[in-house]
Amino acid sequence: MTRTRKPGISRRSTLALMGAGAVTFAAPWVARAQAKTIKVGMPTILSGRVAQLGTSSRNGVMLEVEKVNAAGGLAGRQIEMVIRDSKGQPQEAARVARELVNTDGCELLIDAEASSGAFAVHEVARDLGVLCIHTNSETSALTADPKQHIPNAFRTARQGVHDSIVGGSYAAAISKAKGLKKWATCAPDYAYGRDTTGEFTLYLKRFAPDVEIISESWPKLFQPDYTEVVTKILQAKPQALYSCLWGGDLTSYIDQANIYALFTQMEVFAVNMADYTALTVVKNLPKGIHSGNRYIKTYPATAENAAWGDAYKAKYNEYPTNWSWENATAIMLLAEASKKANSADGKKLAEALRGLKIKSPFGADGTVTMRAEDQTLIGYAIGWGTTIPQEPYVPEVKPGDWKTILELEAEWKKSKGYT
Amino acid sequence: MDLDTLTGCLASSACLVTQTTSGFIIGMLLFLVAVGLTLIFGVLKVVNFSHGAFYMFGAYFAMTAYQLTGSFALAMLCGAAGTALLGLIFERVFMSRVYGRDVLMQVLVCYAFVLIFDDVVRMIWGPEFKSMGMPAAFQVPPLFIAGGVVPPYYLLLISVALLAAIILGLGLSRTRIGKVIRAAAHNPGMVSALGINTGLIYGGVFALGGMLAGLAGALAAPVRSLTPGMGFSVLIESFIVTVIGGMGSILGALIGALLIGMIRSFGSLGFPLFTEGLMYLFMVIVLVSRPTGLFGKEVA
Repeated sequence: MTRTRKPGISRRSTLALMGAGAVTFAAPWVARAQAKTIKVGMPTILSGRVAQLGTSSRNGVMLEVEKVNAAGGLAGRQIEMVIRDSKGQPQEAARVARELVNTDGCELLIDAEASSGAFAVHEVARDLGVLCIHTNSETSALTADPKQHIPNAFRTARQGVHDSIVGGSYAAAISKAKGLKKWATCAPDYAYGRDTTGEFTLYLKRFAPDVEIISESWPKLFQPDYTEVVTKILQAKPQALYSCLWGGDLTSYIDQANIYALFTQMEVFAVNMADYTALTVVKNLPKGIHSGNRYIKTYPATAENAAWGDAYKAKYNEYPTNWSWENATAIMLLAEASKKANSADGKKLAEALRGLKIKSPFGADGTVTMRAEDQTLIGYAIGWGTTIPQEPYVPEVKPGDWKTILELEAEWKKSKGYT
Repeated sequence: MDLDTLTGCLASSACLVTQTTSGFIIGMLLFLVAVGLTLIFGVLKVVNFSHGAFYMFGAYFAMTAYQLTGSFALAMLCGAAGTALLGLIFERVFMSRVYGRDVLMQVLVCYAFVLIFDDVVRMIWGPEFKSMGMPAAFQVPPLFIAGGVVPPYYLLLISVALLAAIILGLGLSRTRIGKVIRAAAHNPGMVSALGINTGLIYGGVFALGGMLAGLAGALAAPVRSLTPGMGFSVLIESFIVTVIGGMGSILGALIGALLIGMIRSFGSLGFPLFTEGLMYLFMVIVLVSRPTGLFGKEVA
């Protein structure tokens, strides 16, 4: 017996048609499910010499994003992070940022670039109008300069001028107590090194007017050998040394200065020492280096901060960096802003962010505030202390006083012609 | 410019001793890297742009060996031997294929390996910077010689590098192997026709060059931070040394490296903002007055 096919619609094609129909009807569901997630773009430095900082930024963000998503996301929308490597190049950071918004459909930007890249991403944010949170750039002008101001850009990083005020007053107090009049400086020869050293000495001299800078060294960024700088400082015989070397440069410098016994001959103030990346790497850390806090889980000495540091360590098997907390703060602020605005829309979030005060493990008093006027973070834990070679590394941190910081910052802004 | 500090330093024995040893330290480490570069160029006629990687590997090998065994001597040995082996493999498998080829081709192969080696280090040891730490034996207060400060570790470093220079110099001029190497540099075809395996000589010279750079890396490991890409910074200065001393000349590399060391050491006192510039300025002066370098031979 042979089967003959009847003309007309076969069972198979009917099924196929029904299937197609089902897909067509179901499509809006798929689309709606996609719209429920909100894509957040994040250009950062994931390769090259400072890749460690970019990775720690990503870790800081992801730790918080998981919590926010578990609690329902931003106004009911799950966060999907799209993280790209800028290789630390400003033009690449700008290109990546633009692509994240235009091609990948990101509705928000977390700009986890160093200062050089941050200014480039800032221009992209100005152009596209997308909500952008700068998380790593500490260059004061990014938010202090009114020419830079745009309503859709915020900063959750510390600010250079805050650090200088606190560092300057701390160093001046020790200078007076110990009679340290002759100072030397040693900083990497690029914008950050020059600016930070300039601001630090400005406030040091303001609080201790009889201080004199008798020797300045400007080694190249990433210079492998500092022997000539070390011996030059030894020749100058200062009573105190300020340095804003950081990362591998700082650890090289310490190793090389150590064998010349430099640390026994003067008080050393190294603003970037108290960061785990440097503290855990140096094998023979001299006792008693003065440093500003970057991220340290024992300061502020609260259960929340210790728990956050431990959770990070448990997840990523290393301690957080300064960039980790700054990035985590961006997500914490976004989460609170979306609750307040009951929306994940960039404009509404920006409105909610202005002046927003949230509970934070990184706050000097348990809270941090997004200052409305210049859209930058204040109230974060900031202080100086001296190092010891094992945990907790900086046993006692002398906190900076935010009232003084804000007064002097206002004065500084006026002197720069920003207000 | 700060000429007062410089003249003040030249007048005081304490400063003179400190700065001269400081110049020696910078110079001797540089010499170890540069002499390998110049040796490889002299015999193999290739400019090994990936030479910095051997310095990097030497440091990482030494750090790992030190962490595993706790022995500083073993760490130095591992740094040198490991890079020698690496140099041999690299030369036999890759570099030997581009001899006599276009210079661009050689540069391309070397540059590719600069990137590959950096990534290999990143994969094995991680992207973050590391520190080996100073062995306990050298964690002692510095010596004071005529009022100048000299760390004992740096005395060791200078002696090891000087010893390497002497062995190398005598080995090349006085031994049979040295003669064969010099002959191979001069006329490889003839050496080969005499029944000597030139491939072996080339591999050996490359391994020797790699070993010297590795030894420099191992010696530097206790005082310099280790990062992927750390070879690049020493490579540039090594090139300056070889250009000043003359490509292919061992004595030239020694003198060139010491000159650079002294320029850095005393330049940072007298010209704190122009120390780097001083180095390049010196190179330009040498190039203009003696285009083949201080000890370079006329290219036939």
